[in-house]
Amino acid sequence: MTKESLPLSSPPTDAFKKSTQLQLNSQGQLRHFLSINGLSKELLTEILDTADSFVSVGDKTVKNVPLLRGITVANLFFEHSTRTRTTFELAAKRLSADVLNINISTSATSKGESLKDMLQNLEAMACDMFVIRHADSGAAHFIAQHVCPDIAVINAGDGSHEHPTQAMLDMLTIRHHKNNFEGLKVAIIGDVLHSRVARSEILALNTLGVEEVRIICPNTLLPHDADSLNVKVFRDLDSGLEDVDVITTLRLQKERMNSAFLPSEQEFYNNYGLKRSVLSRAKPDALIMHPGPMNRGVEIESEVADGAQSVILDQVHFGVAVRMAVLSMAMSGQTTA
Amino acid sequence: MSNRIHIKQGRVIDPASITDKITDLFIDQGKIVGIGESGVSSAGFQADQTINATGLIVVPGFIDLSCRLREPGQTHKGDINSETATAAASGFTRICCPPDTTPPIDTAAIATMIQEKVTAAGFCKVSLLGAMTKGLDGKQLSEMHALKEAGCIGVSNAWQSIANNQTLRQCLEYASTFDLIYFSNPLDNSLANKGCAHEGAIATRLGLPSIPALAEVVALSRDILLAEQVGIRMHFCQLSSAKAVKMVADAQRSGLPVTADVSAHQLMFTDEYLDNYQSLFHLRPPLRSLEDLDGLRTGIKNNTIAAICSDHQPHEPAAKMAPFPATEPGISALETLLPLALNLVNDGQLSLMTMIEKLSLAPAKILGVNEGKIYLNGSADLCIFNPDKQWTLEADSMLSKGKNSPLLNQRLTGQVQYTLVEGELSFSKNEPGS
Repeated sequence: MTKESLPLSSPPTDAFKKSTQLQLNSQGQLRHFLSINGLSKELLTEILDTADSFVSVGDKTVKNVPLLRGITVANLFFEHSTRTRTTFELAAKRLSADVLNINISTSATSKGESLKDMLQNLEAMACDMFVIRHADSGAAHFIAQHVCPDIAVINAGDGSHEHPTQAMLDMLTIRHHKNNFEGLKVAIIGDVLHSRVARSEILALNTLGVEEVRIICPNTLLPHDADSLNVKVFRDLDSGLEDVDVITTLRLQKERMNSAFLPSEQEFYNNYGLKRSVLSRAKPDALIMHPGPMNRGVEIESEVADGAQSVILDQVHFGVAVRMAVLSMAMSGQTTA
Repeated sequence: MSNRIHIKQGRVIDPASITDKITDLFIDQGKIVGIGESGVSSAGFQADQTINATGLIVVPGFIDLSCRLREPGQTHKGDINSETATAAASGFTRICCPPDTTPPIDTAAIATMIQEKVTAAGFCKVSLLGAMTKGLDGKQLSEMHALKEAGCIGVSNAWQSIANNQTLRQCLEYASTFDLIYFSNPLDNSLANKGCAHEGAIATRLGLPSIPALAEVVALSRDILLAEQVGIRMHFCQLSSAKAVKMVADAQRSGLPVTADVSAHQLMFTDEYLDNYQSLFHLRPPLRSLEDLDGLRTGIKNNTIAAICSDHQPHEPAAKMAPFPATEPGISALETLLPLALNLVNDGQLSLMTMIEKLSLAPAKILGVNEGKIYLNGSADLCIFNPDKQWTLEADSMLSKGKNSPLLNQRLTGQVQYTLVEGELSFSKNEPGS
């Protein structure tokens, strides 16, 4: 709890809300990367520009730059991940950092050790940055605020909250192909309710100034108070995809079938699967994106995933550069704070 | 031991007699033997202790409808001694404990043990709610008659809602056999799922699993229908939504014996305080929207909600030191109850008289005890507070074992100076003069 007093009123006054600027230092630079929420268009653009400068690093024979030499980055994955963990590892290594990979689903916390104790142990081992994925929303905030305030914390996905680096690599992919964001219509299809990718992406797209963000899903997968997210809601692909410039399909978790969100994969595919037959509703040069891993034949047809409009592998490629940008910016913001 | 106490020149407020005047109280053998000119004469009264109450307010001792002592079973969070001492220091002379201890209050032995320990500690009186089902499992009836014999005034299943309607109906029929009151924490567990925040824009942005207001009103409507059928007297604990207040009002208008309370913090905070995942605001039921807060405030004003409770839930620090959904709900709330209630008065939401009533007389009526009032030959259960005293809530000076208050380091107004239970000082901020 902050030392300054809480106002005894509802809604809370701005004095209370001010303390939410956890991820910026006193100069407004990134010192943690926890959420897209609260970041300015300028800062997001700076991340994209920095990432752009790193894109070419991967094409060189010697793929390293010495920005994080002597820095130890701990990858803490409390949930399974291949792509995100690997690209974070690559990004840290290309910045010349030492990398520690810890998969915790089978490790300490299952022995009853608290998250706080575990991270304080790692801090005592002189780790400088934590990249964290956790099943609980707010886990990265918790660590940045209460556990290790002097360590740069990068959110690699927390519960249903945010996955900000995924959103930024999607933004870099869009900017690469469309040059800018003005005038774009972007559709996000599928399980928006449970998706941290969707939350970060909606915030990033709106902050960067696209014309319209649409979400397309059945009512069971629609977030409550979806209007508050500044999106247009559609229930069918035919109308939702009309005239859009970018399409993101979200991964559908199999467990949604067992918990009464959907009747079957087949019915979902029939209504919300991205197929060639509905693609014609979108602009002819619309980009097809997917955060991976894909369920072919559930949320996307194979021919679409592998087709000419698909930029899914570009997303992975840009993922390394975006994570290099975020790691280097947060480390610099943390040390100048 | 001193028996004769003279409380001088306090502003005595008694909702039962609608008294609000500066006068003296004389106490002897645990009873109020003189009020101003009536009763004993001040000339003939030989006081062992004199309390100068100039500038202070003298009211019936507060009565809390929901106070968790954490004993037995969770004494790392709080224990009978620490939490009843906290209750006394917060102006309470009686507290009502829900049955969700570990093990729960589902046998006469546990009920007797808690009462004996509270009595031995000597800080306040206690009313107990028995578990409606064994182990609060929602399946097997507990021995409610034995629980009543052991002093339980009502039954409850705490926050473990009973999923099976037939089981609940039979619980209520059995409880009504022995004139036990049904205390309901209305929450449909299937709709609440594993939620931790009010379903709305804030939970959506924070990605927190949510508890819709629907979970409260679905359970509440079921309970009202069953209670009407069975004919049991029922009390709804800690309402959180505007819609629930409307439903309770409707039930009351149709003549059903239904009462309700609300916790003081539900009258003060909304889900906007969850910003940045402040786990100290993690409550069950969750803090809801501004409209819900308005509905609850309307409910206390028009008396649909008769009482304000603390919903005191002390926790050890580790219970709040985790990502928000993994933290335990609840606030260590006794010590901030008076400042929060006074804040409502200063804000123009309630008159001082009504506020006092909702903390004393109204909960006394709900519990069926002849307390919460100041009258000649009545028991001297009193709270004496300074309405203007400013102080800062600090973890080190909190009496409760649980330091989990979102008001830590906050400047608060209003402080209890003395508490008397049956004429004995159970708390004194300063040494009284002799």
